[in-house]
Amino acid sequence: MALKGLDIFKLSPKKNCKECGSPTCMAFSMKVAQGAVSIDACPYFSEDAKAAMSEATAPPMKTIKVGAGENEMVLGGETVLFRHEKTFVNKTRYAVDICSCMDDATIEAKVAELKHVDYERIGERMYVEMIDVEYDPASGADRYVEVVKKVAGEGRVLILDCQDVEVAKAALDVCKDAKPVLNGANAQNYEAMSKLATEAGVVLGVYGADENELFDTLAALEKLGNKNLVFNACTSSVKAAFATAVQFRKAAIKDSNRTCGYPSIVNVSKLAKGDSHLQAALLSLFTVKYGSIVIAEKISYAEALPLYGLRQNVFTDPQKPMKVEPGIYRINGADENSICLTTVDFALTYFVVSGELERSGVPCNLIINDAGGLSVLTSWAAGKFSSSSIAKFFQEQDIEGKIKCRKLCIPGKVAVLKGELEAKMPGWEIIVAPREAVQLVKFLKDMQ
Amino acid sequence: MPFTAKSGKFSASINTLTMGTGEKAIVLGGENVLPFYTFDAPIENAPKVGIEITDGGLEAEPECVKKYYEGCETIVDMAKKAATFEGVDFLSIHLEGGDPNGENKPTEELIKIVKEVAEAVDLPIVISGCKNVEKDSEIFAKASEVLSGKNAVMLAAKEENYKNVGASAGLAYKQIVGAESADDINLAKQLNVLLTQLGVDAKSIVMNVGTAAAGYGYEYVVSTMDRIKAAALQQGDATLQMPIITPVASETWGIKESIATEEDMPEWGDQEARGIDMEVETAAADLASGSNAVILKHPVSVATISKMIKALV
Ligand code: SF4
Repeated sequence: MALKGLDIFKLSPKKNCKECGSPTCMAFSMKVAQGAVSIDACPYFSEDAKAAMSEATAPPMKTIKVGAGENEMVLGGETVLFRHEKTFVNKTRYAVDICSCMDDATIEAKVAELKHVDYERIGERMYVEMIDVEYDPASGADRYVEVVKKVAGEGRVLILDCQDVEVAKAALDVCKDAKPVLNGANAQNYEAMSKLATEAGVVLGVYGADENELFDTLAALEKLGNKNLVFNACTSSVKAAFATAVQFRKAAIKDSNRTCGYPSIVNVSKLAKGDSHLQAALLSLFTVKYGSIVIAEKISYAEALPLYGLRQNVFTDPQKPMKVEPGIYRINGADENSICLTTVDFALTYFVVSGELERSGVPCNLIINDAGGLSVLTSWAAGKFSSSSIAKFFQEQDIEGKIKCRKLCIPGKVAVLKGELEAKMPGWEIIVAPREAVQLVKFLKDMQ
Repeated sequence: MPFTAKSGKFSASINTLTMGTGEKAIVLGGENVLPFYTFDAPIENAPKVGIEITDGGLEAEPECVKKYYEGCETIVDMAKKAATFEGVDFLSIHLEGGDPNGENKPTEELIKIVKEVAEAVDLPIVISGCKNVEKDSEIFAKASEVLSGKNAVMLAAKEENYKNVGASAGLAYKQIVGAESADDINLAKQLNVLLTQLGVDAKSIVMNVGTAAAGYGYEYVVSTMDRIKAAALQQGDATLQMPIITPVASETWGIKESIATEEDMPEWGDQEARGIDMEVETAAADLASGSNAVILKHPVSVATISKMIKALV
């Protein structure tokens, strides 16, 4: 929330001494409000005034960093409730949970399974970014540390899910440089846990039996000066977890309740134990509604494919359409003699068209033009998908050198380009494809 | 100091709409809060889950769905079986075979199916068209007639055929008119206005405001629904207060994540699990964004989503 010039003036020293370079404190305050100068240009603002100002101008939700080196990732920092208002900035991260109650073979299998999901989708690496390591008191402290050690080298950010201070300390000792999340503060142990987290320089995760206890513990931790926090959505029921995630986010963004303004952890593994499909549904629910980290029992390709696609969609900039890399996409085992189709680089167009082409089973070369990431008609209207741009693109990419087939299908919506393309690209037979992607299967099959 | 949240209850609410008749009738909408925000105010009518069968019968179903209909010889058998699956609130008969660019089945043949199914099950019925606007006008007119008095949903009228569908389904036979637009709040609003100007009761309109499988331009679905719910509840825009119904199955069972076999994509693993999770995750996102009803295909998806809804409301 931006402070107004007048609010700053109220806090100013009102000496009008001009040392800041402005004629009056009022003028200076106005410039600070516009962001034109820094408050530090005046040597006389009291520390209290500066603190009050930084509090008032602080973002509603804290930006929290976890992990180290190339595994460092950013959570929170959101400024809105709905993506059409402004981009959601820091995507949901996913974790798979393991427990010190599991034997080595189970843990190894789980780690292998989660590491198996690792692929790229429109320039983004899709993988399970975190491992949640749950402490089982029955199998003891040593076993916990052993398990933490075992998974620490897997290139994933760890969440140390342990509310026992001594055990947590021992576990931190073996992995703190990798900046795990110490997920173990509660209403009873928060002072000791906070000390531990602060000393190790790691983020502290906070639990509460209900929203009130959670809120009070967060407030108490803030009072201790620890604002490097994340909170756990209540695990008593799906309903309670959803209520915490939504209500805290709303309170932070809409009501400037800063104590609620931390990233959230939602443990769907606890909420739907043993029911992998319900967990899949909840992974999706908490991606749409305000989970910063979501923990599940397993994330295989079945859960991941829709989930990561959904996340990529939801966290995209509403002003900037998603683009795919221009070039030749060979579909259904196409080779240089297979028929060519061309369209724009708008990600949605690409996905819909390539999906239909795959469904047809017909080998074909899909040639994606550089059209500014716009849809067919929009890019055509903007002159970014024209006969000249297509001809130029074919030349630059040396399509004729790479593909021998000279049949090129163009989207039905730009059928007008046919004549111009035939003139500009001699030797090519230009075929007008259907207007809608769903008709492509029939179109390709009929042509064969 | 306990946590105090400001209530997000609105003075406006979503229209209530009854589908079907008798004991199995269901009510959509009525809430004055955002989806599943029961902490702001109670949600009386939880979102509903429908199961889809098609005129193609068992043969047209994905391999992994077939086993659930074992022993079914006709579409009527399938409908009866579908009605017994856990979590099913209503039945959608998807007449995709009517498409002139596809199988082009005659309307009479499709209507015969509709009639037989409706006589065999007492669940509320949705008739999902073939997407060809001319053919759909014909199908919905005839289906509305044979389903007279059943409070069925005709899914859906579009900008190109709303006059025909509105007149037959809405005016002549008092069925529920589905209004379909593609991911654009203004188009959704315009279609509702046009239908009501035609004389269709605003309270018997249900919207399909666009849908996509998760990952396939889903951001438009979320933002369109977010905006529509904000307009309906926060701004009290009566032309957008209709409940939303979202066909999920027809989107998710055609994409590669669901149809690629294990031989095609060995690293992706079990095909059935992929199909279910794609359907379930898309449906969960739809419901979180504002759908009052979703239409699914796989019985496990239906049971799962129904369970999620019960846990949230
Ligand atoms: S230096 Fe500070 S006190 Fe002096 S005029 Fe500028 S704002 Fe006022």
